[in-house]
Amino acid sequence: MHEMSLCESVVELVQEQAHLQGFCQVQRICLEIGELSCVSEEALCFAFDAVAKGTLAEAALLCVDTVAGVGWCSACQCEVGMQQHYDACPECGYYPLVIRAGEEMRIKALEVV
Amino acid sequence: MCTVCGCGEGEVQQHEHHHEEDEHGHGVHHTHSHAHHHDYGQGLAGAHVAGMSQTRMVAIEQDILSKNNRYADANRRYFSERGILALNLVSSPGSGKTTLLTQTIGALGEAFSMAVIEGDQQTSNDAERIRQTGVQAVQINTGKGCHLDAHMIGHALDDLKPKPASLLMIENVGNLVCPAAFDLGEAHKVVILSVTEGEDKPLKYPDMFHAADLMVLNKCDLLPYVAFDVEACCAHARRVNPTIRILKLSATTGEGMPAWLTWLKAAREMAGIEMSHPHEAS
Repeated sequence: MHEMSLCESVVELVQEQAHLQGFCQVQRICLEIGELSCVSEEALCFAFDAVAKGTLAEAALLCVDTVAGVGWCSACQCEVGMQQHYDACPECGYYPLVIRAGEEMRIKALEVV
Repeated sequence: MCTVCGCGEGEVQQHEHHHEEDEHGHGVHHTHSHAHHHDYGQGLAGAHVAGMSQTRMVAIEQDILSKNNRYADANRRYFSERGILALNLVSSPGSGKTTLLTQTIGALGEAFSMAVIEGDQQTSNDAERIRQTGVQAVQINTGKGCHLDAHMIGHALDDLKPKPASLLMIENVGNLVCPAAFDLGEAHKVVILSVTEGEDKPLKYPDMFHAADLMVLNKCDLLPYVAFDVEACCAHARRVNPTIRILKLSATTGEGMPAWLTWLKAAREMAGIEMSHPHEAS
């Protein structure tokens, strides 16, 4: 459900940028969403259609770039893959891992007219 | 749409919603853009042809929650300047948040000033329950929304005007998912879990338990009647968040309440110490 609010934020940021940078239509919105962020890509795209209706982003395509979760194991002194906040090191079983990537929720770029 | 801060109509319904030039700078921030154009001049049309338009890429590099986070920073500054301890109480519906609040108000008595912001999708029942205790409360109805955001809190503060050095309890919408991502400017998220729920909730909803500083295990008086493994629950919570503090209590019987009250007093002291930092530095 919070994907609806995130989409509203995306549209607001796009509107701010339209005002600042002088464009009137958006064709593509490139997002970066981390695997460990609490965002479902499917729900995001579903909510976006509803939220963008009647705005300059109405016809925009949402392109989501998924960022893999990466954690630092202080026992192995190396980076390991993470799918959940509570994942242990797959090599030695140590936890907690320090999250290095995967919590992103960013707008990267827009393709505009 | 609100022309001062851009809030959408119907997003938030609040009593006495107004837009004065407020003290905590809420709504006066403007985006400072770091964006720059990449006009490649090679749109779909490839050239300027009548009826076809050029497109260009604009790099934005902005956090989706940046707007919420700006409002949260303004709220945090508001709290810090006044030595107010703000807590964001999160849980699933029915965990006993409002009962914990009313019992806490009763137990603290005159010890320090309190104010409450209640978040629910509909009704002002909870705010009315709080007001019956004599404490000031503002109800936010989020309507279709499933969480409170920092912008709503900024407006609620305009109405509530909590006293300096007071304790502000923000009771979020009952939901263990969405409120995790939205910083309200609070000092701590406090997650409340009742023993009538599953002991694996910290694993099922890790984002929330990861974001919280304190877990209150409520309704402990019911432990003899339910199959709830307290130790397993605490282990799950620590697995998701190794630094989380855990308090076990029953808001109804009062068992375990003294430790909660001590934690509140200590956290409020810390808020007061933080308040004095700018003056010490100057």
